[in-house]
Amino acid sequence: MSKIKAITLFFIIFASFVGGADAMEKQKNIILATTTSTQDSGLLDVLIPIFEKKTGYFVKTISVGSGAAIKMGEKGEADLLLVHSPEAEKKFVESGFGINRKLVMHNDFVIVGPKEDAAKIKGEKSALAALKKIADSSSVFLTRADNSGTHTLEQKIWKKANLNPEGQKWYQQTGLGMGQTLKISSEKNGYTLSDRGTYLALKKNIALEILVEGEPILLNIYHVIEVNSAKWQKVNIDGAKSFSDFMVSKEVQDIIKTFGADKFGSPLFLPDAGKKDEEVGK
Amino acid sequence: MDVIITGIKEAIMLLIHLDPEVLSITLLSLKISGTATLISLILGVSSGTVIALTEFKGKRFVISLINTGMGLPPVVVGLFVSIMLWRNGPLGYLELLYTPFAMIIAQSIIATPIIMGISASAIQHLPKNLKLQILALGASRIQMVWLLIKEARLPLLAAIMAGFGGVISEVGASIMVGGNIKGYSRVLTTATVMETGKGNFELAIALSVILLTLSLLINAVLTYIQQRERPR
Repeated sequence: MSKIKAITLFFIIFASFVGGADAMEKQKNIILATTTSTQDSGLLDVLIPIFEKKTGYFVKTISVGSGAAIKMGEKGEADLLLVHSPEAEKKFVESGFGINRKLVMHNDFVIVGPKEDAAKIKGEKSALAALKKIADSSSVFLTRADNSGTHTLEQKIWKKANLNPEGQKWYQQTGLGMGQTLKISSEKNGYTLSDRGTYLALKKNIALEILVEGEPILLNIYHVIEVNSAKWQKVNIDGAKSFSDFMVSKEVQDIIKTFGADKFGSPLFLPDAGKKDEEVGK
Repeated sequence: MDVIITGIKEAIMLLIHLDPEVLSITLLSLKISGTATLISLILGVSSGTVIALTEFKGKRFVISLINTGMGLPPVVVGLFVSIMLWRNGPLGYLELLYTPFAMIIAQSIIATPIIMGISASAIQHLPKNLKLQILALGASRIQMVWLLIKEARLPLLAAIMAGFGGVISEVGASIMVGGNIKGYSRVLTTATVMETGKGNFELAIALSVILLTLSLLINAVLTYIQQRERPR
């Protein structure tokens, strides 16, 4: 067999694999733009197969920061959002890009840092005071800086504390997801703000402790929002509605109630369907 | 270090037990990158040969463009392909974004200049008189081109390896246009990024080991074909 023939054969074998791929089939796709935390926690890996089996839809989960997810919605590039950035969400709905914003679940944010805790914030009740101590002692603080829900909340707390850390040497931007930011904080002995779920998932591989928790401002609330099909005709409105209803159904809420308890000792999220925003965490 | 050893152990376990998810991720990587390489091979070798054999104004400029293309950053390709394929973008009606096909398109764009550039230089480096000699012996133009390609087969195989190596290890474009959707567009590199983000370092290392093994196997086969008969 000549060399050319051998190479041709080699690639024909490849091509035949592709011929067998089922990717060509047209499906009723739903594009779900969501945050990294819902995917990294593994929750969607449990919920989506149930939904697909029930309805026959195919869900394409695109996990990005909440900021990017909302942008996708504004451009009509997603059918629905599952995000945790309440103020940006309200703006999104008010501008007519989204409809039927529904509360799904919550957990909370925590301020984590090295065991030595140079800024002495451990046990501090107020997140504002904790950040002030970090700023006063010029301790390294890692920020996501990616417009994610976590980053938005962090900025909100700095603002409330009347501090502007931008440009300070100790205030360092990672521009990465929560998991990677936690790892960098651990390597740099720095502080950061994290959602509890991602922190718990990474706990065994990082040298960071929860130092501040339990304040109402640290609540981390997730909503589903359907993208308004009046703005973008190509939005799969039926699919979006169906998935949105599914997320607040009793079945899913029951799964959320116990999800992660076996692995982390306590559930990663608390179900909140049907509640009002103000009632969360009470 | 422990994490690496555990990772390698886990890789072996995953391979022994033929973990269905890992298996399907591996197969998908092969399918997508193999198809992209095949497409790039057809486009790259043909256009590379044409550029090498014809004289035209601005040839040097075209070649320097191709050489720049050989280092095309995958994320840039990913971004542009995404924008083109957006639902409300120019090619949105094709509904290709977040599919394996979008990944094949992006990877083909990455690999084509690599194969084109190496092919063009391989053909250009053949002895000048060879072309005249073949024609003088009465070969048609197509026969001449075919003989030249055959003569340059060693660097052309290197081109395939470089192209395939470039796309199977590529992550930026794949995650942007494929979306890393479980069981659908998740490949070895995007899965590795995701597992690293989740803190599952052992699994991430296991996936890396599988990716490396795969690259090694494929390059070994191609190198074997390349070296089987050495040029005289």
